[in-house]
Amino acid sequence: MKKSTFFGAFAAAAMAVGFATAGTLDDVKAKGFLQCGVNTGLTGFATADANGNWDGFDIAVCRAVAAAVLGDPKAVKFTPTTTKSRFTALASGEVDMLSRNTTWTFSRDVDLKFTFAGINYYDGQGFMVPKELGVSSARQLDGATICIQTGTTTELNLADFFRVNNISYEPVPIETNAEAQAQYLARSCDVYTTDASGLAATRATFEDPSAHVVLPEIISKEPLGPLVRHGDNQWGDIVRWTLNALIAAEELGITSANISEMSSAPTSNPEINRMMGTEGSLGEMLGLSADFAKNAIAAGGNYGEIFERYVGENTPLGLSRGLNAQWTDGGLLYSPPFR
Amino acid sequence: MAQVAYVRHKMLPEQTPPPNSVGTIGWLRTNLFSGWFNTLLTIVAVLLIFRLLANVLPWALVPTWGGTSLGNCREILQEMGREGHFAGACWGVIRERWLQLFFGFYPSEIYWRPILAFFGLFVALSPILFPEHAFRLIGFSAIYPFIVVYLIWGGSIWGPVMALLGFVIGYMVLKFLTEPLGRLAATIAAFLLPVLWWLFLASPIAGTFANVLPLALQPVESAKVGGFMLAFIIGVTGIAASLPIGIVLALGRRSDLIILKGICVGFIEFIRGVPLITLLFVASTLLNIFMPPGTKFDLVLRVTIMVTLFSSAYMAEVIRGGLAALSKGQYEAADSLGLDYWQSQRLIIMPQALKISIPGIVGNFIGLFKDTTLVSVIALWDPILLSTNIRADTNWNGILWELYGFIAVVFFITCFSMSRYSMYLERKLATDHR
Repeated sequence: MKKSTFFGAFAAAAMAVGFATAGTLDDVKAKGFLQCGVNTGLTGFATADANGNWDGFDIAVCRAVAAAVLGDPKAVKFTPTTTKSRFTALASGEVDMLSRNTTWTFSRDVDLKFTFAGINYYDGQGFMVPKELGVSSARQLDGATICIQTGTTTELNLADFFRVNNISYEPVPIETNAEAQAQYLARSCDVYTTDASGLAATRATFEDPSAHVVLPEIISKEPLGPLVRHGDNQWGDIVRWTLNALIAAEELGITSANISEMSSAPTSNPEINRMMGTEGSLGEMLGLSADFAKNAIAAGGNYGEIFERYVGENTPLGLSRGLNAQWTDGGLLYSPPFR
Repeated sequence: MAQVAYVRHKMLPEQTPPPNSVGTIGWLRTNLFSGWFNTLLTIVAVLLIFRLLANVLPWALVPTWGGTSLGNCREILQEMGREGHFAGACWGVIRERWLQLFFGFYPSEIYWRPILAFFGLFVALSPILFPEHAFRLIGFSAIYPFIVVYLIWGGSIWGPVMALLGFVIGYMVLKFLTEPLGRLAATIAAFLLPVLWWLFLASPIAGTFANVLPLALQPVESAKVGGFMLAFIIGVTGIAASLPIGIVLALGRRSDLIILKGICVGFIEFIRGVPLITLLFVASTLLNIFMPPGTKFDLVLRVTIMVTLFSSAYMAEVIRGGLAALSKGQYEAADSLGLDYWQSQRLIIMPQALKISIPGIVGNFIGLFKDTTLVSVIALWDPILLSTNIRADTNWNGILWELYGFIAVVFFITCFSMSRYSMYLERKLATDHR
C-alpha cells in the first residue's frame, strides 16, 4: 500500500516533468500569461511606476510577445532578475523568456545553451568625462582613474582597450550604476565607463549635463536582445519573428495609428498582407493565430514608435537612433522578409 | 588614660555644596571637563558634531517635499538661491514612493491586509513580551502565523486551516496515544501522521471545502510582496522560528547521544561556515535546478527557510554559551529533586540560560533583521532593490541619499526598539544578587 503510494507520487512527478517539457508555447497558453524575466530597474528599458506597472523598451518586447501568443499585451507577469540570477531563472524554467538588456555573446549562446532571438538594441561601451578636463578622445586618458562596474564585460573591454593603445589607467571598482554616479560626481574618478545608453541616462540626471561629455570612442559591441532556452525551436521562432515583425513594421510603414486600417482588408503590398494575416498562413506555421503580428504591433506600435517613446530623442535619455536605425537609413536593423 | 583633647558635642548643620559642583556647572565639570584630556576630547567632539550638522542639516531641511521630479526639486532649490549637486535633498521621491518602500508592489486597494497583519503581530507578541499582563492571548499567538499567510497571500482560507490541522493532529496524537502506545511510538506517530496529512490529504480536503464555502481573499503572488513588509515577513519568521530551533540544536550539541550530537554539530558548523549570500543563491537558483521543472515552491518561502536555518545555527551557539555559564550545581540540584531531563531543562536550566543569553539573542535578532536586505541580490523586492527600481524612473534617476536615508531611519527605529526592549527585559529579570 505504502509502496504503491510512493510510486504513484513518483509517476505524477515524472508526468509533470513530461508536461513541462512539452513546449513553452503550450505552457504559456495553458497558464494564460507570459512569464518574462526583466531588469530590476534600468532607466528607459525597464521601470516600474508607483503602482507597480512595468514599462520600458525591454518591457515592450515582452508585451509584444504576449500579444502575439495570447492576443493580450497585458497577459505578462514580470520576474525581476539581477545580473547574477538572470541565466538560472531562464535555464530553470522560472521564466519563459528573458528580455533584460543582455549582450549576445558566443559563450552565452553556445556554452550556457540559450538562443538569442534577435537584437533589439545595438549598444557599445563609451566613456564620459567632465568637460573641464579638456579631453576629446579616449586615447588621451593615460593615467586616468576610471569608475567601472565589476564583474561585467565592461571591465574586460576596458582592459583590452587600454592594453591595445598601450596606455595605463587606475580602476575604481563600484557595484551599481547609482554608486558610480555618486563617485563620479564626487570626483573619486575622472572617467565613468559603461554602455553608451547608460551613460546617456546618467548624464541626463546631472545638474548641468553640458559640463560632461561622452567621448566619441565606442570600444565594444554590445548587441542586446531577448533570449530563450535552447531546445524549443518553435518558441524561439515565435520570439524571433515577433521582434522581426516590430522591425519590419517600421520599415513597411505600419504604425499603431494605421494598423487597424491595414489589417482590415488586403492592401496593395503583399508583404504587409502576409504579416497582417490577410494573405497566406504565416501565423499558422508558427502555431499562432493569423493576426499574431498585427497584435504584436498593436501592443505598443512598431520598433520606431517604441524607441521614440522610451529612449528616443524626446525622452530624458535622448538617444539618437544611430546603429539602431533601419538599414534603409544607414542603421543595422534588417528584418528578414515575411514570406 | 589620656584625655581626649576635643570632642564635638553638637552636630554641625549640613552645608550647601560648593556652587561649582552642583547644578549645570557641576554636571559639566564632572562629565565633560574633568581634567585636561577629557576637556580636549569634549571640544574635539563638539566641533566634529557641529561640522557634521552644519553640512547635513542645510541639505536635509529643504522644502522639496512637493517636488515631482529631480528636475522639479532643483528648480525649487534654485528659487531659494541654491545651486550645485549637493544644494539640497529632494524629498519628493519619498512623498511619491514611501508606500512602495513599505509594501512593494502589493495592490494598493488591499493595503489593509498587511496593516492588519502588522498590528496583529503586536497582539500575538504581547503574551511573550509582557507575560504578566496578556498571557491569555497565547492561543492567538499560536494561530497567528496562519492568519498572516491568509491575510498577505490571500486565496482560500482552507489552505492555512488544513496546514494548522496538521499541528493539531500531532498534538492530539501526543496527548492521547502516549498512554496506549508508549512514548517513543507516540512521538514518532506525532511526527509522521501530520506529514502524511499534509502530503496526501490536506490539499484535496482544502479543495473540497473551498468549493463548498470559499471564504477566499483576493490572492496576491509573492512577486508583489516587497519593501519593509518583506523585510518584516522574513525577519519576524526567522526570529520566531530560530529561537526554538536554536534551543534544540544547543541541547543537541551538549547531549550525550553521539549521533544526535554529531548531526547538531555538523549542521551548526556547516551553516556557520557558509556566507548567507551563498545560501540565498542556493535557495534561489540551485533548488530550482534540482526540482522538476514546473514545481512551484515559492521563492519567499524558500528564502525564509534559508534565513531561519542560518539564524538558528548562530542562535544555538549563543544559547550554548548561556548553558555553559551555568554551574554544574544547577544540573545536580535538578537531578537531586528527581526531575527528568525535560523537566529540569524547562524548570531550572533554560530559564537561567536564556536570561544570561538575552543580549546575545537580541543581538542576533537585530543582525538577522538587517540581513534581510541581502535578499536584493536574488531579486526579491527588499527596500534596497526597490530604491534601485525607483531610480530607474527618469523622474528620480540620480537620487541616492534621500532613499538610503529613509531606509536607514526605518531600520534604525525597528532595531533600536528591539534593543530597548531587551534592556527592559534584562532589568526586569535581574535576579543576580549584586
